Formats: sequence, C-alpha cells, structure tokens
Amino acid sequence: MAEPLLRVRDLVTTYPIRSALLRRKIGEVRAVDGVSFDIARGQTVGLVGESGSGKSTLARTVIGLEQAEAGSIEFQGTELVGLSARQMRPVRRDIQMVFQDPYTALNPRLTVRQILSEAWRIHPDLLPAQDWDEEVRRLLDVVGLDPQYADRYPHQFSGGQRQRVGIARALAVRPKLIVCDEAVSALDVSVQAQVLNLLDDLQAELGLTYLFIAHDLSVVRHISDEVIVMNRGQVVEHAPTDQLFADPQHEYTQTLLAAVPVVRPWNQESAA
Amino acid sequence: MPDALLSIEDLQVEFSTRDGLVRPLDGVTLEVGHGETLALLGESGSGKSVTAQAVMGLLPQPAGKIVGGRIRFDDQELTALPPQQVRALCGTRIGMIFQDPLSSLNPVFRVGDQVAEPLRRRLGLRRREANARALELLHRVGIPDVEHRMHHYPHQFSGGQRQRIMIAMALSLGPDLLIADEPTTALDVTVQAQIMNLLRDLQQERDMAILLITHDLGVVADVASRAVVLYAGRVAEQGRIRDVYDHSAHPYTEGLLASIPQQEEGGARLTPIAGAPPNPLAFPQGCRFHPRCPYAQERCRDELPELRRPVGWAPDQAASCHFTEEVLSRG
Repeated sequence: MAEPLLRVRDLVTTYPIRSALLRRKIGEVRAVDGVSFDIARGQTVGLVGESGSGKSTLARTVIGLEQAEAGSIEFQGTELVGLSARQMRPVRRDIQMVFQDPYTALNPRLTVRQILSEAWRIHPDLLPAQDWDEEVRRLLDVVGLDPQYADRYPHQFSGGQRQRVGIARALAVRPKLIVCDEAVSALDVSVQAQVLNLLDDLQAELGLTYLFIAHDLSVVRHISDEVIVMNRGQVVEHAPTDQLFADPQHEYTQTLLAAVPVVRPWNQESAA
Repeated sequence: MPDALLSIEDLQVEFSTRDGLVRPLDGVTLEVGHGETLALLGESGSGKSVTAQAVMGLLPQPAGKIVGGRIRFDDQELTALPPQQVRALCGTRIGMIFQDPLSSLNPVFRVGDQVAEPLRRRLGLRRREANARALELLHRVGIPDVEHRMHHYPHQFSGGQRQRIMIAMALSLGPDLLIADEPTTALDVTVQAQIMNLLRDLQQERDMAILLITHDLGVVADVASRAVVLYAGRVAEQGRIRDVYDHSAHPYTEGLLASIPQQEEGGARLTPIAGAPPNPLAFPQGCRFHPRCPYAQERCRDELPELRRPVGWAPDQAASCHFTEEVLSRG
C-alpha cells in the first residue's frame, strides 16, 4: 500500500486540571488517549463521537493548535510532534481547517479579498502579489460564489455563503488535507446539502483528503469512505463506511447507530 | 378542527429593526388538537420560533408586535389579552422548553428549588409539599439519584440532564400544551433519542398536546402525528406527517426531504434546493419560494398562492402552491 498522507500513532493530548486558588496542576484530562489511524490520499475519513469524546481535540492536535503529549503524527512522512512553530510553518500550509461556525471563524473587519489573501501575505512564496486578484476571483468561482462579492464583508453573506468563504480560505494555500470540524452542522438542511456537494466536487477536482468530524451520522455516512468512532479519548472502531453501518462491532458504535433518527420510520416497520 | 386546543389564524407579526419594518410572520394558520403532537418545521428565518414567541406573549418588546390575525387557546382569545395575563396563562396551562437549557436555568439556584418555585408561587404549596412534588417530577424525567442531585446547581448537570430538568419545570403545573422549541438540537444523538422518547411518553401519559418546533425533519416522524412546514413566514404545507413526507404537496417540502442524506443511497449526490432561505427584510414578490423553485412559472412571480387542498387529492393535506397537483403527480 502506498504511504498514507497522515499517519497517527499512539497520540496522547492532555489538558491540565488546575486548583482553583493557586492554579497549580493537580491532575490532567487525557482528552486524546492513545489514538492511532492512517488516512490515505484522496480519501475522506469521518470522525464521529459524542461531545467530550475527544474528536475535536484530536483534530486540533493534528493541525497543531494543541500540543501532543506523546505519540507521533506523520504527515507525508514528516514527523510533526516536537516541531517548533517555525518548522511547522511550511506544514501548516498543507493542512487546513474549516470550522463549524461560519459566523465567528471569519474576521469581521476584513473583506473576503483580504481574508483570502492573508495567507499569501504569510507565505509570500506561494503566489506573487500581482496574481492575487485573479486568484481571489478564481477561488470564489470554485466555491460557487459570485466573484463580484470579493469586496464584501462577512456579515453581508448568509450562513451557507460564509461557509463557502471559509472553504475558499482553506483552499487559498492549496492544502492537501482539510480538517472539517462540524463544517456543515450550523447550516440549514437545504444549504448543508449544497456544501456537501461542493466538498465532493472539490475532492474530485483537486484530489483533496478530508478528515471530516461531525456528530450527524447520516452526514458522515454520506461523505466518508471510512469512519472512525471515538469514545472517551479512544478509538473504539475504525472501518470502511458501509461495513461500519451494516455491521458495527463495538457496543458503543451499536448504541450510537441505534440512536440515529430515521426520517421515515414507517418504511422500516414495513421492511421489518 | 372545532375542538382545537390552540388555533392560530392568519397570524401576522411585525418587528421594527434598524433596517426597517420586517414581517417574519405573514399569515400563519395552524391548529393543535387536544393531546396531539404537531411538528412545526422550517429553516432559519421561516418564523417557527416567532410563532412560539407570539403564542407565549414573549415577542421581543417593544420591537415585536402582532399586527393581524388571532391566537385562540381553549376558547380564550390570547391576542385580545394584555401580555401579563397571557404570561400568567402560559405559566400554568402552557409550558415551554428551549434549545439551550443552560441559559434558561438560573445558575445561582439549586435545581430542586427551581422546579419547586412555580409550585409554590402559582399553586401556593408549602415548601415541603413543593419539594416533594419537585422530587417526583425530576424522578419522572429520569434524573438519577434525585434526593441527592436536586440540591445541585445547573452547571453540575450534563446538557441532556439539564434539558430533563427544563422539562420537569415545564411540566410542574400540568400544562395542556407543551411548546418545545428545538429541544434536542444542542444534544448528542443518543441523548437526543432519549429526550424525544421521554417527550413521547409524557405526551401519552398526560394526554398533553405538544407543539414541537424543529429544523430537523429527521427527528420528528416518530413523535408527531401532523406537520406544518413554514417558509418565509407562511405555511408552505400541512398534513399528516406521513402524507407530507411520502407525498409532498409543496416543492419546498420535497426539496427539504431530498436534501437530507438518506441511508439507502450512501455517497450518491444530494439534490439540494438552489439558493438560500430569503432574508425577512426582502421576501420575494409572488410566491416566496419561486426563486428557488424548480416548478416556478410566470404566475408564481406575481401571485401569492393561498393554502389549499390539492384538487382531487383525498388526504387531509394542504399546500400553498399554484402547481401543487403537478408536484404531487411527479412525486
């Protein structure tokens, strides 16, 4: 098998528990507790689990927003754990994140053009300044927004449009891996479907790899090739999507799947 | 329905905002029967929460105002009563639960006292009786180890347990109607299922009506018997939930259902509705759905469709669409 894009081994991320008075460390929470998995290029891996399962901490550790306590994160063969901020910088470009809340993830004081070109300011070798306008137009077109909107501010967009801006921002640095943390959860159903289709199209066109975190299992089932189920900081099951939904092995996965609401329950009754 | 518990007729609500006068509800008509669970469905800005606020007399003041139509609750005309009396009535006969239980519970009071408070204030029970009743209620909604836990504060409970506490409070005075506004939206999927089951059991046990407001078409089919779908401040479609889901009479309902990733077709392309829900500041002329509608014709641009039963269609179902017969025949 070809080398995976992302290879995580025995990853541990902890948060300190501090005493109320002196803020001394009196214990720790192992939010991610010995997690291992691979993500192959061009795949979408879904990550599910309930609140507190550690899925967001795992994502934040992978993109470098949290420090790993132990274990290894290999991205394209490069070990990320232990890298300095400076050494991380070129890697940061390859791993981007799309956040849940399109209302707070974008700087309200910047226009869309400024939001998109910020990354090129930080990574000057990526794109010469004279090409920025052209690239902004192209990116907006790619995510299905009118390129004329480039000089608008985030508040002038609807939620779905804002999430498209968030995706365009992630694409601006031509990443290889995009971590979507509840990226469609805050959107209306009809708009959510548009964004899911957009993510599909982008993957096909650009060969992107997704780590897709969501609490909505029908969304995860729809978009993922493989699914990882987390509970209390640990991976309890990791399987191809069809297999996981057809034949869940772990008790926790079974509980989770049994709770998924069914749109038309009467169809199930007649089938059973 | 002559014996409706709650009946809303042609309700119109206006908000004055910085950007001008908006009308988030523009002619909403619906009925909730005794002991019935009605699902009120719609996306953001459709007016589902404003409907609940209007019923409860909780419209933001002084910005929001009912400017037309009627709300009747069990032979009382709520729109004719002063807000104070509406709230008094709501306190006893209509209970309400919200999406975010943490912000609805008072963080500085023990939960047992919060559940007991309405019993003491409205029913004049003594502390001991009220506490005993609160304990019973908290036990019924599934708070474990109640004797001990009722002395804890809201932050010491999980989201699901807080929602259970809210339900206990809403039920404390034995309401005839429970308005549940996105009660499970903030909860994990396993907890969501538990809360939905709890609501269904309580509804049957107490013969209480529920107005279940949600944007999630997936969670209600098990619980509700009828559905009303709102779009841009008007009723798009209403009927028995099974009819609405299996034979949508309005293109919007059809589009919403097609947008949900279905389990059978994993990985297949979704068919979303084009565009986004309209801003209440600028609802389109004619049928408000026409800019997003695959069936739209010239007529839809100019003429606002009335809610009507499709011609030659037996089920108790109605839609605001000029071409509802065509939608039904295609679906």
